Amino acid sequence: MAKLSGLGGRLYSGETSFNIIERRKRWYSISALFILASIGALVIQGLHLGIEFKGGASYTINKPSVTVEQARASVENIGIPGEVIVQKIGDSKIRIQTGSLTPAESQVVENALTTTFSVPAESIDTQLVGPSWGKEITKKALYGLIAFLLAVMLFLAMAFEPKMAIAAIVAVIHDVFITVGIYALVGFDVTPATVIGFLTILGYSLYDTVVVFDKVRENTKSVAANSKMTYSQATNLAVNQTLVRSANTSIIALLPVAAILFVGAGLLGAGTLKDLSLALFIGLAVGTYSSVFIAPPFLAQLREKEPAMQALAKRVAARGGAPVVADVKPARPSTGSGPRNQPKRRGRK
Amino acid sequence: MSTPTKPVKTTGRPVRALVLLAVLILGLLATALIQGATSVRLGLDLRGGTSVTLQPRASNDSNKITSEAIDQAVSIIRQRVNSLGVAESEVTAQGSGTNRQIVISVPGDSGRRVVDLVGQTAELRFRQVLAESSALGGTGAAAATPAAGVSPEINAKFATLDCTNTANLQGTGADAPTDVIVACSRTGASKYILAPAEVLGQQVSKASAGIDQQGASAWYVLLTFNGDGTKAFGALTARVTSLPSPQNQVAIVLDGLVVSAPSINEAIPSGNAQITGNFSQLEAQDLANVLKYGALPLAFDRGEVQQVSPTLGADQLEAGLIAGALGIGLVFLFSLLYYRALGLITVFSLIIAAALLYLLFLVLGEAIGFTLTLAGIAGAIVAIGITADSFIVFFERIRDEAREGRSLRSSVESGWARARHTIIVADMVSILSAVLLYFFAVGGVRGFAFTLGLVTLIDLLVVFIFTKPIVTLIAKSNFFSSGHPLSGFSAKSIGKSHPTTTLEA
Repeated sequence: MAKLSGLGGRLYSGETSFNIIERRKRWYSISALFILASIGALVIQGLHLGIEFKGGASYTINKPSVTVEQARASVENIGIPGEVIVQKIGDSKIRIQTGSLTPAESQVVENALTTTFSVPAESIDTQLVGPSWGKEITKKALYGLIAFLLAVMLFLAMAFEPKMAIAAIVAVIHDVFITVGIYALVGFDVTPATVIGFLTILGYSLYDTVVVFDKVRENTKSVAANSKMTYSQATNLAVNQTLVRSANTSIIALLPVAAILFVGAGLLGAGTLKDLSLALFIGLAVGTYSSVFIAPPFLAQLREKEPAMQALAKRVAARGGAPVVADVKPARPSTGSGPRNQPKRRGRK
Repeated sequence: MSTPTKPVKTTGRPVRALVLLAVLILGLLATALIQGATSVRLGLDLRGGTSVTLQPRASNDSNKITSEAIDQAVSIIRQRVNSLGVAESEVTAQGSGTNRQIVISVPGDSGRRVVDLVGQTAELRFRQVLAESSALGGTGAAAATPAAGVSPEINAKFATLDCTNTANLQGTGADAPTDVIVACSRTGASKYILAPAEVLGQQVSKASAGIDQQGASAWYVLLTFNGDGTKAFGALTARVTSLPSPQNQVAIVLDGLVVSAPSINEAIPSGNAQITGNFSQLEAQDLANVLKYGALPLAFDRGEVQQVSPTLGADQLEAGLIAGALGIGLVFLFSLLYYRALGLITVFSLIIAAALLYLLFLVLGEAIGFTLTLAGIAGAIVAIGITADSFIVFFERIRDEAREGRSLRSSVESGWARARHTIIVADMVSILSAVLLYFFAVGGVRGFAFTLGLVTLIDLLVVFIFTKPIVTLIAKSNFFSSGHPLSGFSAKSIGKSHPTTTLEA
């Protein structure tokens, strides 16, 4: 742990520096690869939608003595149309999922289950979802997504600068895309809880990006006046300076999510907790990556196109070489324009 | 150039902030005590119960989906649900304008009854029977003989109608009162051709359940008509008494299904009618209630029905609490390992935040009927991470400042000035996402968004009136300002190995 803190100090001073901004093509390629794989998985396999989206019925019986075969036989005897999925959940529960049922049909299934397993009807956990219900919640989730992206873009443009807002949104879309792609690839069930998870990732991924961008903003405030670093170099320093912070905030955010995932999958077997935390777990990991490797390089790229920043880059080059050293090598001291050449921190309160 | 020598300006007054926090906590506690709230109200998924989400059905007839119609439906359904007498039942419309769903939650195990009670449109009609036959459709022996005076289409429809198919026993409520219709009986035992309706549900002024004094346990529903209804029903019964069977029967049609079709032996001018039909006591009472409060102005589809047994509810509550304890324990452990004594501040800040959250749950439960659901618990646990993040942002900022060679007290103040901006912007984004999630979602998602937003607000509060003041206070202590190895501010742990090389000119 102390080692990591020491690294934090070296990263802060610029003694140790990872060349994140300059190697943006590498990060873009990695992400492009993931996004292509996601599109492929979505097109070929599609998402594995839960009954909430397709419509259907689900019955959970808590009785240790019941076997999957008995439950299947009991439901199939009734002659319910469509596929019947019977699963064992945890030690003592059986879950039966069918296609869309009318209330009357559902009553028949329930009656069959109560007699076969001699349990009271009240102790069967049921969920009936109408066939058009999924469309309704999908529509709402989409509206929510669009409203969120617009609102956040406006807010960040006001709190920071418009180009930061664009870069942050690009990173968020990147995160959602890859997370959904992983879902398609692995074939995890997508339920409303999963969708909550996806939507929460939006907020969280932005939180991480905001932390990095706040430092970028600070480092680049007077970058043009100082002519010591290009915009990209100042951004790179900011990313390095916040690296330990990003790692820590991500670990701390992942710990409780991991706890929910562990308990949700382990104790309950399936349901809201597992679906939600799985989506969050994957999304948080992707979000941390994008807040370091996607959003800042993209921002630097956008800003470097500005004439003022290009002029700055020329001035810095004229002063003799790049002040940011190659990655993970300790600085060679006393070279005049050494790596500890960070922006002057004047003008503070 | 190195350490600024100007005197440290302490922002805010740390002691005053801590007193404010104490007042806030005591105030919440007092409010909860006055309200008499002793425990957090749990959602149905944590204590068992039934929830039904109804979606207005777009139909092509006169029943357009309007905002007023939905409001009216909510109030009618609320009356029906209240007639169950189950405490803490809830009927709410979620969403906006005409794009709303009605969510009904009833605790306990009255499951199936709730579903039946709220789902039916309860469109009541009295129609003269034109023809009756046994249930089966097709050309079998039981095929109906065509009725006189009825269009061939209706006769054909009647012949093929199969009342043993459950799909035909749905009770759609789509029968237009002025049409001749074919209908099944509720039990599926017979089918009918029925004349246009002569008495309608809105002409009923009272409905009550009663038991037949002579019969063993024959429950029925007694209807009382208003003035128009009395006249119309009197005229209908007077006209059919003299007709041959089955035309002397009057069918009582509820949502497109025939509940009963008694033969009329004499005209009934009194304005009362009985509906019989092998009802149990509960069924008779529920039907009377449904009829008393009137038909819904819209037909609804059951979007989602969820029935959670108390056992599963208890399991889920337990799992949620274990996950919360585990999550917060892991965060404590990490903070202490990484930030040493400074981590203790994280621990205390989280405990304060948890206490505030619990008190708010209590107070809001009474004040606005807030209920804690499993998704809500998940939201709170996820928010532990977001809350702890604020502390990390703050602490790392202090370390950054210390790396530049500042004294600890000076680092705390200048670090705070910078961290404050980051924390506010980041929390605003989090609150923004919670608010939007809340307004665009239905059911469980709302619970999640609500707690997520609430915890983010608490986080802001705790950082401002607890964490920052405490750090300001402890920065004065020798243990921290001298950089004790366990303080989290030692030269080693912040990596301040070259204290003089921070800046070059």
